[in-house]
Amino acid sequence: MGLLSDPYRRRALSRLILRLNTPLCILSYLAGLGWFLGLASPPFTLRSYMSENAMGSTMVEEQFVFGERALSYAREFAGHRKKVGGIPVAWLEKTMWNLGLEVYKQPFSRTLPFPDEMRERYMVKGTNVYGILRAPRAASTESLVLSVPCSTGQHNSQAVGLMLALASYFRGQIYWAKDIIFLVNEHDLIGMEAWLEAYHDVNVTEVLSSGCWAGLEAIPRQPVSVGARDVQSPLDVAVGGLGTGAGWPNLDLCTTFPDAFCRKLNGCCAPLQGRLQRTDWDTLPAYVHSLQTLLLMVLKQGSGRPQGDHGLFLRYHIEAITVRGINSFRQYKYDMGTVGKTLEGMFRKLNNLLERLHQSYFFYLLPSLARFVSIGVYMPAFGFLILILVLKALDLWMKLSKCDVGPEEQVCDGDRSAAHAAAEESRPGLLTLVPPLLICHAMGLTLYFLPVLGQHVATQHFPVSESEAVVLTVIAIYVAGLALPHNTHRVLTGCGSERSWMTLKLLSLLYLAMLLGCITLINFSLGFLLAVTMVPVAAIIQPKGPKYLYAVLLVLVTPAVTLLLSIVLYQELIEYPISALECWQLFLQAVSEGLLDHYLYGSIVFPFIALFVYPCWLLLWNVLFWK
Amino acid sequence: MAGVVAVVLGLLLLLGSPGGSTGPPRDSLREELLLSPLPSGDLAATFQFRARWDSELHREGVSHYRLFPKALGQLISKFLVRELHLSLTQGFWRTRTWGQPYLQAPAGAELWVWFQDSVTDVDKAWKELSNILSGTFCASLNFIDSTNTVTPTASFKPLGLANVTDHHLLRYAVLPREVVCTENLTPWKKLLPCGSKAGLAVLLKAERLFHTSYHSQAVHIRPICRDASCLSVSWELRQTLTVVFDAFSIGQGKRDWSLFKMFSRTVTEACPLASESKIYVDISSKTQENELLEVTPLPLSVHEASVQGDRRTYAVYDLLSPSLFNVSRSLNVQLKWKRPQDSLDLSTPVLHAQRYVSGYGLQTGEISTLIYNTHPYRAFPVILLETVPWYLRLYVHTLVITTKGKENKPSYIHYQPAQDRRRPHLLEMLIQLPANSVTKITIQFERALLKWTEYTPDPNHGFYVSPSVLSALVPSVIAMKPEDAEQSPLFTSLFPSSDGSSYFVRLYTEPLLVNLPTPDFSMPYNVICLTCTVVAVCYGSFYNLLTRTFHVEEPSSGGLAKRLANIIRKVRGVPPL
Repeated sequence: MGLLSDPYRRRALSRLILRLNTPLCILSYLAGLGWFLGLASPPFTLRSYMSENAMGSTMVEEQFVFGERALSYAREFAGHRKKVGGIPVAWLEKTMWNLGLEVYKQPFSRTLPFPDEMRERYMVKGTNVYGILRAPRAASTESLVLSVPCSTGQHNSQAVGLMLALASYFRGQIYWAKDIIFLVNEHDLIGMEAWLEAYHDVNVTEVLSSGCWAGLEAIPRQPVSVGARDVQSPLDVAVGGLGTGAGWPNLDLCTTFPDAFCRKLNGCCAPLQGRLQRTDWDTLPAYVHSLQTLLLMVLKQGSGRPQGDHGLFLRYHIEAITVRGINSFRQYKYDMGTVGKTLEGMFRKLNNLLERLHQSYFFYLLPSLARFVSIGVYMPAFGFLILILVLKALDLWMKLSKCDVGPEEQVCDGDRSAAHAAAEESRPGLLTLVPPLLICHAMGLTLYFLPVLGQHVATQHFPVSESEAVVLTVIAIYVAGLALPHNTHRVLTGCGSERSWMTLKLLSLLYLAMLLGCITLINFSLGFLLAVTMVPVAAIIQPKGPKYLYAVLLVLVTPAVTLLLSIVLYQELIEYPISALECWQLFLQAVSEGLLDHYLYGSIVFPFIALFVYPCWLLLWNVLFWK
Repeated sequence: MAGVVAVVLGLLLLLGSPGGSTGPPRDSLREELLLSPLPSGDLAATFQFRARWDSELHREGVSHYRLFPKALGQLISKFLVRELHLSLTQGFWRTRTWGQPYLQAPAGAELWVWFQDSVTDVDKAWKELSNILSGTFCASLNFIDSTNTVTPTASFKPLGLANVTDHHLLRYAVLPREVVCTENLTPWKKLLPCGSKAGLAVLLKAERLFHTSYHSQAVHIRPICRDASCLSVSWELRQTLTVVFDAFSIGQGKRDWSLFKMFSRTVTEACPLASESKIYVDISSKTQENELLEVTPLPLSVHEASVQGDRRTYAVYDLLSPSLFNVSRSLNVQLKWKRPQDSLDLSTPVLHAQRYVSGYGLQTGEISTLIYNTHPYRAFPVILLETVPWYLRLYVHTLVITTKGKENKPSYIHYQPAQDRRRPHLLEMLIQLPANSVTKITIQFERALLKWTEYTPDPNHGFYVSPSVLSALVPSVIAMKPEDAEQSPLFTSLFPSSDGSSYFVRLYTEPLLVNLPTPDFSMPYNVICLTCTVVAVCYGSFYNLLTRTFHVEEPSSGGLAKRLANIIRKVRGVPPL
């Protein structure tokens, strides 16, 4: 620190930073990007391993043989489901009772903030049915959850069948130390959320559930949920957080499944993100493959959407994963017996746990199931990007404090009166920053509140449905923000100076750095996606020079456009390219889904963008059009 | 001196020949097994062994023990114990599906003791007593200390003969984490006069007993009246053991059972020391038609009793009657259901409760207790006792009791706040439960940060909160006629019933498992110390640099004071400032 507090050396250092600022920024950006791309290759990734001894692969010997019974349950369930035209509550209750479980049901209802056109639902009413296998000789302090979503349509009957077969097998065993809850939830995520809230006796998202909580005595506190989806083959492990700050499921849990699975099938590993894994590591195609998997994971995580029912468990600090069958036409298909054995193995290993899963990583990226990138390895990629903002901010700060600017610093030091004048000038300058700040944040608040509040007004005056009205209002407000600089200038007086835009830019750069830093800690993918787009443009813009080029660049990196580009990238990655019109449709859908995710499941991506990132971006827009 | 020795010897001789030819034996043993099918289809087996001794244990010089175990007798005389109740339980009695238990115990270990009023330092006696019991029963009772001991004011009254009810003589503790296994069963069996060699105790085979859903063993010692006039005191030791067999997993879906199927033994004889040895089978059925179940061999007699507000019929097998073993040499009681019973709706017991922790996150939480009164038209009061460890900081102003949407004011509250690392919270309330209602009691708490040495070796497992205790006089549906305690079966006579219209019930709720904020113990120094140091250093210096400007100070001549000082220094011959 002596280096910095010595005025002479400090001056030299700051001159160095000023002179080398642009090259340093470019270097830093390239380093960040390169680091991220390198994450998929061996030196950055570690082999997955099991930290928890009780979950080792040889700890249990699976004996599940009820594959046929599972299929017959599935057929029966599908028949009753067709007859009832929904979830056959009475049949499920009776079947579970006959299996020797304690059976309860939980009716719930939820009115969405606006109609969900994709799934065609607005006022949702449903029933969750769950059976509890009481562990003998334990006092119901801990439990495991096996949940199967059962939404409308004919999907997932096989998963229900497998669940019932597992229940009948588990009931005959003596070794259970934790209660096991077999849950069939209706309206997938809404039902899951309703059940979880009733289970924890909290009300986070206005779900009205009525009826008994009777089975949920002594809130079991080691729940690990495994959600099963249509079990055809092969199985996919969905890992991904809901962006509520809960992070990811513990890595131990993610590795248990493929571990058990691969052992059983001699090398045919479980796929991740719907992609089969390669076995080689050091070839270029293998690298490209794992990079694509990594990008898919980043895009999915960045969206903040729960990738399955397990996403909702994470808020309550319950480790959970979703296992999902892919309907593929590949040669090897697994029968119910094998899948059941795998699940049995997982449950028995979890049953053996003495503590919550806590040993392994909670923050990681998965380029493949066999390898992972830990938080310590991927954070530098983001750090390099943030460094640009810091460097630029330092540069502006030094220019503003005037003392070290250019070769005439000797004059500056001596000339007290000039510095004094500058200080005099900067004080009203700070005051002029308040109106743009306030106006931008007011815009953000409007963006957050108005679409849902004003949907009825919009539908009265325009020939659109509620859902369209909400999305279009969002877009309209978003675009209207672009006109702000012209309007703010009327409010401002005496703001024409060089200093004031520099101060504003300094402020917005620091603000952006803080926002990105915060979101990266809880959702790396979202933070990185925003950083990699916004940071370079935020660094270069200024009201001088090629103004319109800057404007185009700035519009290109606004979060909305990032969302659009992410959709295109995602479609490319899953090898399902789409036309521009389809892309626009998907974009509109994504906006409404984002809003719904926030209102239904408490996802923080929409409020974060609307209340913080968008105003910050508007500040930069203001800087660009500063007069 | 020799005279004294002679007197003592004489006394010993006198005690050593109990009864002899002159009078009735001064101690007696009764053993009893009750088999009752539970509403859910499971089967509960309750063993009771009662040793009764007409002796003043608190008097000096009692040294000859016959049926009463010496290990416990000496404890009573040394620590001046008036009553002692110890239970060790694995599993949880599910009142909702299994019905009201005859004798419930909380999961883990429970110990409550009334001392004589002549004890001067109750805490010291309690500490020593629990340590000795810990050795006797191979249980972790030595972990009972001031942080989990409470003195309830209303919940635990003496069950035996007592004329003092000063609750300062009472100590109560529960260890919810205690695991019960064979090492606890063996010393318990050794207290029996016949051991496990003869009588009903041959059924107590550890391998089968620990293959059950619920296992609870207990020891109750209390003074009782010697005869109807109650002029002198006898001591009673009851050893009880309750197991619940999971009929579903044993019978592969069928709900028939037999002694051999459950215990893999049959009964061949009574304990030769026992004055009474009986097996009761509950054959009362909910519906009027009695033909639902069939017991073999046919019982010699049938006993009708009103138990827990209900009229029950029991088939009785008296092992001492010679006609029982006439046909075959061993007795294997069997029960067959004639029709498979399947019903989704169980008859729920009049009083049951459940407790859970609500909320999420590691900062605050809420303990919720739901108490159900399903009696159609009678309201009754219940005493609730909550013991919460100090590391959950209860906020008593957040205590809310609601029944049917309205606030329910308790008529009696005794609250003793916790002291960190010294004593737990104690909350006792008398709550009126209206007929056919659910009462919800919630209280919020904050999770405390422990010192890093205070965490258990497995901190991520969570911390246990002991069950809360409900004591109530439940109004019965039918009128009960008071029976003579000496004649009636043992399982009806532990709790004294006050009058014919109600019966006493003590229920325990589930223990709770609560997570506390836990540091990452894997590398605390690396993570915490290093990070904090780096952040502190960086933050401090950067803040310093950003808020200060540096100027080169030109050497100047200084003010008047400095000039004066330099003159003085020059005079003194020291270098100037």
